[in-house]
Amino acid sequence: MAALTKADLSEKLHEELGLNKREVKDIVELFFDEIRTALESGNQVKISGFGNFDLRDKSERPGRNPKTGEEIPISARRVVTFRPGQKLKQRVEQYAGTVK
Amino acid sequence: MTKSELIEVLSRKQSQLAYKDIELAVKTILEYMSSSLSNGERIEIRGFGSFSLHYRPARSGRNPKSGEPVSLPAKYVPHFKPGKELRERVNNRFNPITN
Repeated sequence: MAALTKADLSEKLHEELGLNKREVKDIVELFFDEIRTALESGNQVKISGFGNFDLRDKSERPGRNPKTGEEIPISARRVVTFRPGQKLKQRVEQYAGTVK
Repeated sequence: MTKSELIEVLSRKQSQLAYKDIELAVKTILEYMSSSLSNGERIEIRGFGSFSLHYRPARSGRNPKSGEPVSLPAKYVPHFKPGKELRERVNNRFNPITN
């Protein structure tokens, strides 16, 4: 089965809320945009029932070019991590099939 | 930022819509994402990232209180991989010189 996309989310909002296609597309775009903007500004995002988007600052560490074997340092960076909430973890745990 | 703060920001930016509609839209998006993942389906949001399930094989653990061994069944856990744009935007602000 194909992955869920922004187009699927818009379609769902259109069906369930009866808002027009322009409005639901804007809401879906803004939803992800605002989460991205908060993270970009250094703020954690906590969505209860779903999970938290956290920021972690990593210091420089040694790395290697996998092709040439040459040693090159991996620079210090800030990364986003996702910690699923209890409710989402429990729902996913009950999934017994194979991943599509 | 919390879910209610996110709803407030969206509602300010979509002021032609009722607050209730924005609130319901956010809840519907999150519920659809959760139920898709719970059915083993991936989520791919361009410029943001993708959500998928990672398999954790069965293992034996211990009850931390009694020390009794317990067998923990295999399960899936949600996983998020940030997309290129999100990775770059988060790091550029933090590391303006090297990027």
